[in-house]
Amino acid sequence: MSDPAPPDPRSEPVSDRTDPWELALTAATLLAVDPRGLGGIRIRAHAGPVRDEWLASFRDVLPGGDPVRRLPIHIGEDRLLGGLDLAATLGSGRPVAERGLLAATDGGVIVAPMAERLAPATVALLCAAIDTGEVAVERDGMSGRDVARIAVVALDESVSEDEGVAPPLSDRLAFALDLTAVSHRETLAGSLDPEAVRDARHRLADVQVEDRFLEALCAGALALGVDSLRAPLLGLRTARAHAALEGRDRVEESDVALAAQLVLAPRATQFPASEPPQDAEPPPEDPAEDAAEDPGQGETEKPLEDRVLKAAEAVIPADLLEALTRGRMIRGASASGRRGQTGKAKRRGRPAGVVRGDPRRGDRLNVIATLRAAAPWQRLRDGGSGRVVVKVDDFRATRFKQPVETVTIFVVDASGSSALHRLAEAKGAVELLLADCYVRRDQVALIAFRGEGAELLLPPTRSLVRAKRSLAGLAGGGGTPLAAGIDMAAALADSVRRRGQTPGVVFLTDGRANIARDGSPGRAAAGEQARQAASAFGALDMASVLIDTSPRPQSEAAALADAMAARYLPLPHADSAALSQAVRASGMAGPSPRRVAS
Amino acid sequence: MALPFPFSAIVGQDEMKLGLMLTAVDPTIGGVLVLGERGTGKSTTVRALAALLPPMRTIAGCRYNCDPDGPLRGECEGCRGEGPPKAIKVPIPVVDLPLGATEDRVVGALDLERALSHGEKRFEPGLLAKAHRGFLYIDEVNLLEDHLVDLLLDVAASGENLVEREGLSVRHGARLVLVGSGNPEEGELRPQLLDRFGLSVEVTTPQDLKTRVEIVRRRDDFERDREGFSAAWKRKESGLRRKIVKAREALSDVEVPDAALERAAGFCMSLGTDGLRGELTLVRAARALAALEGRPAVGDAELRRVAPSALRHRLRRDPLDDVSSTVRIERLLEEAFAA
Repeated sequence: MSDPAPPDPRSEPVSDRTDPWELALTAATLLAVDPRGLGGIRIRAHAGPVRDEWLASFRDVLPGGDPVRRLPIHIGEDRLLGGLDLAATLGSGRPVAERGLLAATDGGVIVAPMAERLAPATVALLCAAIDTGEVAVERDGMSGRDVARIAVVALDESVSEDEGVAPPLSDRLAFALDLTAVSHRETLAGSLDPEAVRDARHRLADVQVEDRFLEALCAGALALGVDSLRAPLLGLRTARAHAALEGRDRVEESDVALAAQLVLAPRATQFPASEPPQDAEPPPEDPAEDAAEDPGQGETEKPLEDRVLKAAEAVIPADLLEALTRGRMIRGASASGRRGQTGKAKRRGRPAGVVRGDPRRGDRLNVIATLRAAAPWQRLRDGGSGRVVVKVDDFRATRFKQPVETVTIFVVDASGSSALHRLAEAKGAVELLLADCYVRRDQVALIAFRGEGAELLLPPTRSLVRAKRSLAGLAGGGGTPLAAGIDMAAALADSVRRRGQTPGVVFLTDGRANIARDGSPGRAAAGEQARQAASAFGALDMASVLIDTSPRPQSEAAALADAMAARYLPLPHADSAALSQAVRASGMAGPSPRRVAS
Repeated sequence: MALPFPFSAIVGQDEMKLGLMLTAVDPTIGGVLVLGERGTGKSTTVRALAALLPPMRTIAGCRYNCDPDGPLRGECEGCRGEGPPKAIKVPIPVVDLPLGATEDRVVGALDLERALSHGEKRFEPGLLAKAHRGFLYIDEVNLLEDHLVDLLLDVAASGENLVEREGLSVRHGARLVLVGSGNPEEGELRPQLLDRFGLSVEVTTPQDLKTRVEIVRRRDDFERDREGFSAAWKRKESGLRRKIVKAREALSDVEVPDAALERAAGFCMSLGTDGLRGELTLVRAARALAALEGRPAVGDAELRRVAPSALRHRLRRDPLDDVSSTVRIERLLEEAFAA
């Protein structure tokens, strides 16, 4: 129904334009029109020519003079916010402030590669700058505010679903695009016009929006299950920017439809008119029905809201439904990426005071503290040269404290008839441990295996709220794919260890496998594979406990524990309290596993 | 600083607004914790509070916001000058504690400039001094570094800031109202810190279309014309400010009858809250509410209205119980006040 080779995106009827690359270029242009109002864009793509092409197009369309800066992934707060300019300070003998990256990018765009790995503190600072348009500096003995009206281009290079840009940041960025499926050949068409952007910027303030469009955006957001009120607000600004770009001073329906595509659709957590996502099973025929009645009905007969929704639906990724049936809302999926990053930030340790030190021994010099130590002596030391004299005695180093975090991984056999009871007790034990965990800042994860495979039900977390939500949907029954469970536990424990945290694994099973890795039934093959998986796990040298939950403890589980180099605990009638006791006693979630790594 | 969004123009979120106004009337209530999802207007509301507060008296030239009539007068170096102190009126401070703040900026440190250029040892007050007798706002309080949390707990308990570093020894008043906000899904708060907040409120996104449209419209109007929007809401703002000033004056005259005290105590016992802080906060908040509404004495209606905020975060947690604290409180309130 649309032109096979659309050269100019703007001449097309908006609701038919679903080509991701063209949407991406439109988003780039709109962002150039109102960078401050729209906050920015999140682009999921691998580093490569497609992404570079998009960035180049975006740079081209930005009117000249707008700074574009890259955000180095490990930028420190001092460089982001600004602080003491060391060279100038030492040279002049008085503190000289230095502007940070945020303030230096005022009126421009910050490009953040590997945005999914930004430290939470960096994310918070970016968010604050987007919100207020300024940075508050309270460090190095300085205090002040700098103007920093920025937009953020977050380049999301995440591979797995578990990663993703931190939710507080992505909530503030108007657009989200997925370019992973775009091939380089598709990117050649389309050149953007910075002149048009310049004109649009002038016109932007005068663009009027009728109330019905605003209502349509709000209603659309509700129908798509978008909770945040930033979404309709950003949608409104998108519509306005698009109208300005088209040279109009009134927002029209096509603008709103585009806004729904660009802003609302990527945030959707449900298909309109389906059950809320908590229900886990939205009727799959819904979108099909909508599509079926589409061509016959005249567009004008439908209320505005429906047409806006239709536009949004056209670009909602097809696998959303699948994601929803798996009970994984977009929000939840990206939230867990954040947890891991917190762990990463912790690994380098946090500053815990200052001690006398020597940079030649590899200590990390704390410049401010060193200067403070040197300051009182300046009168005595220098002969009026006006320069600061620093002696070895003045050197101060930052001491880092590295809390060693424990992640306790529960691997629960959710198969068979006793599963329901066992599951309930395991859930209880997880929650009991979690209740302690937030005091100690330890984490808990849960893997369940049943039927044909294993599933990570609760990625490592210390949030009671999240844990409860994940555990609520835990079902039982089916066969015992023990090998799959052990494999997944090994993989998770390994990734936890790589993050610098200490894993501890708790198996709750009777050790009787009857489903092989490929999902086929058969006791012999399954048992053999379970033993293989167990010895592979044992080779990882991981602290682990196997709790035998069968009514009459048997040798199978004990042999398995032996292969895994795990402690064997027969607890036939364990309840939540006993389980969490056992785990604590085995030293895996001990009362205070913190150490100071110098 | 950029013009903040007017407090009175915020749609809905009544519990949060009430909580903030109560602490503005009676700072001894001890702070508000705002928990909720993203995009619910937490930060907007707290920042709007600053514009609403009446001015306070302080000593001219004092770097620690000392009260001219206060007990600490004369103890801090700023007020030790000769002659009678000159009192001036300044806005009540609402200080942001940014997430990246370093310890030296929070507690204060040696003034580098003075030290380097004059060789003089002088203390430069930090954010705690700035926020003395005002509000300290911590966004994303659950992401705050542990050592800063410890520091804040200490200051909140003692009401003063004791600095012993870089050869300096300074003591100054730091009575401040902590206002924290955060999203519980991104991390839990330490129980000790939780307990320091007098009130805790939960905010959610409104789900009905009309309210949502109104919120987006006002926000958009504001972004497009900050001055005009603020001018349009000026009368409502000053009305609200007058209400707070009046309530502050009336506060000491509000009676708390024994019956109300017993009610509060009985209620806390049935909920099984830890410690006495819950009762104290409950009574203080109810008194502030009575003052705000121009009532002469605290009655059941006031206690009932503030009880959820005052006690929600003090319930002993049973991790196996799925019922939220709010629901438990509401249930018990029904029982307690039915009789």
